[in-house]
This record gives sequence, C-alpha cells and structure tokens, in this order.
Amino acid sequence: MTKQGKMKAHIHLLMLLAIALFSVDSLRADAPIAIRGETIYTMAGEPITDGIIIIRDGKIDRIGKAADIRIADDVRMFRAKVVTPGLIDAHATIGLTGYLNQRQDQDIIEHSEAIQPELRAFDAYNPRERLVEWARSFGVTTIHTGHAPGEVISGQTMIVKLAGDTVDDAVVRPEAMIACTLGDWATHGDKKAPGTRSKAVAILRSELIKAQAYVRKIKEADEAEAKAASEKAAGAGEPESGDNGEKSDGDAEGKKEKSGPKKPDRNLRLEALGRVINREIPLLVTAHRANDISVALRLAKEFDIDIVLDGAAEAHLLIDEIKAAGVPVIIHPSMIRSHRGTTENASFETAAKLVHAGIPVAMQSGYEDYVPKTRVVLFETAIAAANGLSFEEALATCTINAAKILKIDDRVGSLEVGKDADIAMYDGDPFEYMSHCTGVVINGAVVSEEVR
Amino acid sequence: MTPSIAPEGTLNPAHSLRLACICVALIAASRTQAQDQPIAFVGATIIPIDGQPIENGRLIIENGKITAVGDDRLFIAPNTQRVDVAGKTIMPGLVDTHSHLGSGWGGDASGPIQPDCRIYDSINVLDAGLQKAQAGGLTTLNVMPGSGHLLSGQTIYIKLNDGRTIDELAIHNDDGGIMGGMKMANGTNSQREAPFPGTRAKSAALVRQRFIDALAYREKLKKAEADDEKDPPDRDLALEGICEVLDGKRVVHFHTHRADDILTAIRLSQEFGFKVVLHHVSEAWKIPDEIKKAGVACSVIVIDSPGGKLEAKDLLMTTGAVLEKAGVPVAFHTDDPITDSRLFFRSAALAVRAGMSREKALAALTIEGAKMMELDNRIGTLTAGKDADFIILDGDPLSVYTHVQQTYVEGKLVFDRANPKDYLYATGGYGAGENHIPYGCCLDEGEHSR
Repeated sequence: MTKQGKMKAHIHLLMLLAIALFSVDSLRADAPIAIRGETIYTMAGEPITDGIIIIRDGKIDRIGKAADIRIADDVRMFRAKVVTPGLIDAHATIGLTGYLNQRQDQDIIEHSEAIQPELRAFDAYNPRERLVEWARSFGVTTIHTGHAPGEVISGQTMIVKLAGDTVDDAVVRPEAMIACTLGDWATHGDKKAPGTRSKAVAILRSELIKAQAYVRKIKEADEAEAKAASEKAAGAGEPESGDNGEKSDGDAEGKKEKSGPKKPDRNLRLEALGRVINREIPLLVTAHRANDISVALRLAKEFDIDIVLDGAAEAHLLIDEIKAAGVPVIIHPSMIRSHRGTTENASFETAAKLVHAGIPVAMQSGYEDYVPKTRVVLFETAIAAANGLSFEEALATCTINAAKILKIDDRVGSLEVGKDADIAMYDGDPFEYMSHCTGVVINGAVVSEEVR
Repeated sequence: MTPSIAPEGTLNPAHSLRLACICVALIAASRTQAQDQPIAFVGATIIPIDGQPIENGRLIIENGKITAVGDDRLFIAPNTQRVDVAGKTIMPGLVDTHSHLGSGWGGDASGPIQPDCRIYDSINVLDAGLQKAQAGGLTTLNVMPGSGHLLSGQTIYIKLNDGRTIDELAIHNDDGGIMGGMKMANGTNSQREAPFPGTRAKSAALVRQRFIDALAYREKLKKAEADDEKDPPDRDLALEGICEVLDGKRVVHFHTHRADDILTAIRLSQEFGFKVVLHHVSEAWKIPDEIKKAGVACSVIVIDSPGGKLEAKDLLMTTGAVLEKAGVPVAFHTDDPITDSRLFFRSAALAVRAGMSREKALAALTIEGAKMMELDNRIGTLTAGKDADFIILDGDPLSVYTHVQQTYVEGKLVFDRANPKDYLYATGGYGAGENHIPYGCCLDEGEHSR
C-alpha cells in the first residue's frame, strides 16, 4: 500500500471508530452505570471480591457481590481489577496553582499582608486548570484546596469535586477551613512583619483576640435585640434605660443606645476568623517543626478553637501531645522535599506512626512552587503504604479518613448506598508504580476513561 | 557507611560488629583496607543488566572488582566467604546522570557562560544527601552545577564511597585526571536580565561566539606548540574549559526541554562537533525521529505532573517509552532535589507504567547512564572485571514496596538498612538532614548512629 493509501485507510478507520463511539455514547448517555470489580474496597467494611456497584442519579444505588445483584440490560458496564472510592486529596492548591507557573495563573498566595482570612479560594478556583484533569486521571475526585502556606493567615480553603465547568458546579463546601502557617514559612527576611516566630504568633493571637471581641459584640447585640424585641412584644411599658448593660468598648463616644450595645460594622476579616472562634470551621495550621506544632496546640487551647494540623514534618516527635489534644493531622506529602530547611526531619514513616497511635490522618498533595507544580495524592499515599501503613490503612488516608477530617463523610469517602458515586478504577494495586488508573466516575458521570 | 566483611550466613554483618563493640580504630582500619578476600553472594536473583536475570545466582567479588557472575553452578573457591542472600535481588548500583547533591554551586550571577567554574571546588562530601542517595541504591553520580546559565561549569563524576574529601569520591581517568562533563542549558532558566540573554536566539548566539573564541584560542595553542618561535596565548581558564569540550575530553550535559530547544542543542553540538547528552527533554516525545537521526542519547526526567515552568508544560511520563521505540538510548536522572535520590527507582517504574520495557528501564538506571558518562567500561552492569558496585534489594526493583537493603561501592558496604543510622537516612526522621559524620572522627560513633 502506498503511504497515501495507508493514511486514507487510517482515516477511514478513525472515522468508523468515531462514529461507533459516538453512537454508543449517545445511546447510553443516560443509561445507568454498573462497575464490576474483582476487588472492591468499599472502606465501609471488608473488601468485596467480585463485586458490583450500580449507580443511579449520581448516587450509589446498590453495592454487593456480583452474584447477588441482577444487572438490567441497558446498563453501561465497566470492569476493573480494583475499585476504590474516588480519592480525596485532603490539602491541595490545585485550581489556584496554575501548571504554567506564570504570574497570570498563580493565585496561591497574596503577600500584601500577614493576616488575610477574608480571601476566599472560592473566588480564585479555576475548574479548567490542567492540573485538575491531571489529578483526576489518577483517580482523585475530591480536593480540599486553597491558598498555600506562606503567610500567617493566607485565606479560606474550599472543598470541590474535580468535575464541573464552574466553581459553582464543582463546590462541595465553599468555606472549609482558614489556612494558617506557623514557623519560618510564614516569616519574612525583609522588614515586613512577622520576621520571627514570636512576632508571627503575637500577630496571630492579637487577631484572634479581635475576632473574639467581634464575636462577643455581635452576640451581645443580637441578645439585646432579641430581648428588646421580646419586651416590645410583651406589650406596653417604657423601655428601661439600659444604661448599666455591658459596655461596648468600640463605642468610646459614649453614645449609648437605649436598646443596648451596637452591632459592630461588618468586617470580612473578623467575620471569617469569627467562624473559627465560634468553632463553625477549624483553623488549618501548617506547622512542620515540633516547636511550631506545640504553638498550634497551645493556640487551640488558649482560644478554645478546633484546629487541623497540616504538614507536621516533625509530628513523629510529638505523637503523645497530638493524640492528647485530639487533633487530626493532614500529613505532608510523603515525598516532600526534605533536603534542607524546615522539613529536613520529615520521614516517610510519619503517617504510619501517627495512624498506629490512633491519630486521625489524611494524606495530601500539598503545595509546590516549581517542578512538579502539583503532587498527586495517590503517589504520596503509595510511599506511605510502602513505609509502614498497611494497604487499607493507607487507602483510608486518602478516602474515608480524609472525608471524616474534612467533615464530608456523609457524601464521599466510602462506597455505600446513598453516597455520591465517586469511584476510581485500577488495573492492579493502585499504589504500585506500574498499575494504571483505568476509569474515574464523579457524581455518577464517567469523567476519565484514560489509562494512566 | 558500614564497613566490614560479611560472615557466612548473615546479610547484615554490621550488626554483629556493632554489638561486639568494635573500637573505632578497627572500624577505621577496615574502612580503608581494600577488601582482599573474595566474597560470594549466593542465592539471589541477579539482574546483571547485560544479560537475562539469573535465578539462584552467584556474584563473586574481590579487591573491589567483580570476578564472576553466574548461576548455582558457578565455582566458588575454598577461601571465599559466602553470604546467603536467598530471596533477595542483586543488580548494579544505580548511575545518576544528573544530580545536584552536595550543596555545590557552579557559576555565579556574573555572566551566562562560565566554563572556568568547577563544581569540584564547591561540593560538601559530608552532605546528608549523599548518604540518602546510597539508601536509594545510587553508587555513581554526575554532580552538576545548576541550569541558570547557558554554560554553568564543569561537572564531576563521583562514587558514593563515604570518602571524606572530594578527591576520594572523584572518579579519575587513566591519566589521573578528575572526570566530569560540562553543563549547558537553553530554554527559559538561563533567560534573565543582561548580561544574561533575553531570548532563545540570543542564547544561541552567545554560546556560538564563545565557542568560536575557544576555537581561535585552540588554534593559537596548536600553532605555538608546532612553532617554537610563537608564544602560546595567556592561559584562559574559561576557554580552556571549552577547549576540553571541543577536544572531546568532556561530554556536554545539556539541559533542554522544549522540542525546538532540543533541536538547537543538537545543532550546536553538530556545528562545533562536541559530544552531547540531552537532559530532561520534556518534549522529546514530539521529535523522537530527529533525535534518533542525530545519534544523540537522552537522559530523561520523570515528574509527577506537567508544568511548573513553561518549558516543561508538555512533559509526559511516556517520553522514555517513545524514545525507546525510536531507538534512542535512554537514561534517567534524579536532578536531586527535584527527585529525591531515595526514590530513583520510581522514575524508571513510572516510565514502565507509561509503556517502556522493563529491560530498557532498568538499563536506563545503570548502563545507559554509565555510557553517557563514558564509564561503561567500569560500571553499569554486573560483569567480571567491572567495579563491585551493586545493591541488594528485597524484591522487584520496580515495586513501590521494595527497599534497598544494602549498597556496595567497589566491594565496600556503604549502606545497610539494618544499621540504625543508615535506616534514618533511608526513611528520614530527626537528624536525617544533618551532615554525615564520617567514621573515625568521633569516639561515640555508636551514639551518632541513633
């Protein structure tokens, strides 16, 4: 055959293939999906051998032994050697950290001020970023993402599914935690504060104290308002001159309202921190050195707030203290650079040590400022699995236990009836270097069939 | 790091020695002594690289060299110590064609072309990174200056032999000279403010002019040599460095990512006739046939995600497979700290995941790298007569669950996972970032090992 003839034949073949694929797809776009796995790790009980999952309306409709489940004729069937819940990356910067690493695609850190909890990841997330597709193709379906470590408080994190064309389509929790950094990653060499650890903690404590006051004032104002309303509703009678109510210290002018303390003006920064003070969301504290981890535990106690430890390269030195504090750890990527600096005492075995001590642990891809622009939580967990964690313990750090720490385990993290149909398929042990991810499902839709 | 001769029947001789509380003097003595009694490692699966794997194999070494490799019929002389390594895997020590370990810097910010700068003059051989690299099974490195220049200086080829000076680590050629290549780069890293280039065309022009200067310099030298009447030119370290490249004494290790940059590197090598190995080659998958045609070898980097900089935006894990298919020689490198040397096997395994053959991937960690450093007559395969640089593993080299158990350099045990200090370097933990404390320096060696 001539070169041209060959090319023509190829083109014909491709066209036929395209038509075939198109028709199958168009026929079955709404067909229910079934996934048959030689082993299904549900992460809610024992693994199922030769199991099947039926998906309907984006949720897991049935799951069990293939022999026990009748499959309708119109289902679109996928087969895989190993099936797991879609992986959860418990702390990423994907969607804010562009893969080109140029000025225009870098939204991970704002250096103008040390404390900026008002910055929302929600306002920066790019669902079409190349790294979204990249992570997803290895089986990652949900990420907790946001601003990178690098300032004392760098912003509000969010939880998204790695699907959808807009942030509104993708979002699971628009505000998950407030990202805080302790240690030398949050200090600066120039004259900008903080320049030392002590200064950083002083700044942070001052800000939390302000937030406490803000929350208190709102509460007092709300209470007074409610009281006034109920008195008004109770009928006549002059309102008592409420002059000996608690003084509102922001009101130095002495212009006292008869109805009680005045509600403070809206302040985005204090509102955000106020949610931490009210324990509506936790402070996500990136701290690597043992002394910085101790600071985090001390702050949690002083302000009676929930924290989640992040990074925690030297957590292996403080296992008892972390356990006693009841604080979960989103451990640093196993392959975090440890050749020098604040992470030089990181260990491949820390995840295993914490898990075996009974501390809730999740794995993360973390933040990278160069090459690779992101890590992949599957790969990071694999190294932990090879360094002390059992297969299922490791898998839990990027599925159900990550979901629990992120408080989204009602929807994702395990394969159970009623949960979101977020599923990853592999042709072997997912942690083995040479296995491939063969399919990914998010909210019941097949989002990747690439063998990667 | 752990010296000693293995007693029969144990894998981890260091332990019994330590328990026996051998004094430092003796340790120091055995460290420096050449291993003069033959040792046979018996029962492992041996992957010699230059042939098929041998089940129940035997590897015999003596005086730092491999004397024989074979199956269980291989004769073992009566005076030989036997080490039982049944169930283990033995393969050559890994060769890293591109590393930045040792905290060294080559050229500074004063200019884009600095062939006078030698990484030799700035490496800290006690850097913990070198110990970690042993834990990853690495035995030979090409330590390079960085890629922020068009030409950032002279590289050095070293053995991870626990030596205390760079001269002990350095690999010497037959004339006693220290072996190394020359680091060059194009693309984005070297584009900075003047006097650095601002564009790719300027980058190539600056390099060409400097090489032309060197050609003229060499011509003057030759003329002066041939003619007693003529004075040689004043010594110029920079031009001398380029002349070593022009004379084929140094291989150029060329950082290049984008397809057009790769072709530029090839074009420069052809114009001036220098030996070149292309490094990183993110976009080599776009032009495998052109690379094959140029007869150039590639040292490939494997990265967890594309991008991080513009020139790596199309980086794929399939590069090794595509080049293999095109018939291009492929090695891998760590570019440590980009890839942690302890996880060097992972680069090859991910390349296999993306379609490369096992055989070529393992060769790419050993003999192919050795060829790129012109050391393949000494290292890279388990072949009689070559250096006894090898590693003992507890499973398939390409499995995530496999760990290097021991690393030997020229017959000397330099890493032993059973030794607590070595284990610390292998896994990390408190103190793993501290500089290595060499044997013989401290009386409390036992303390330091924890």
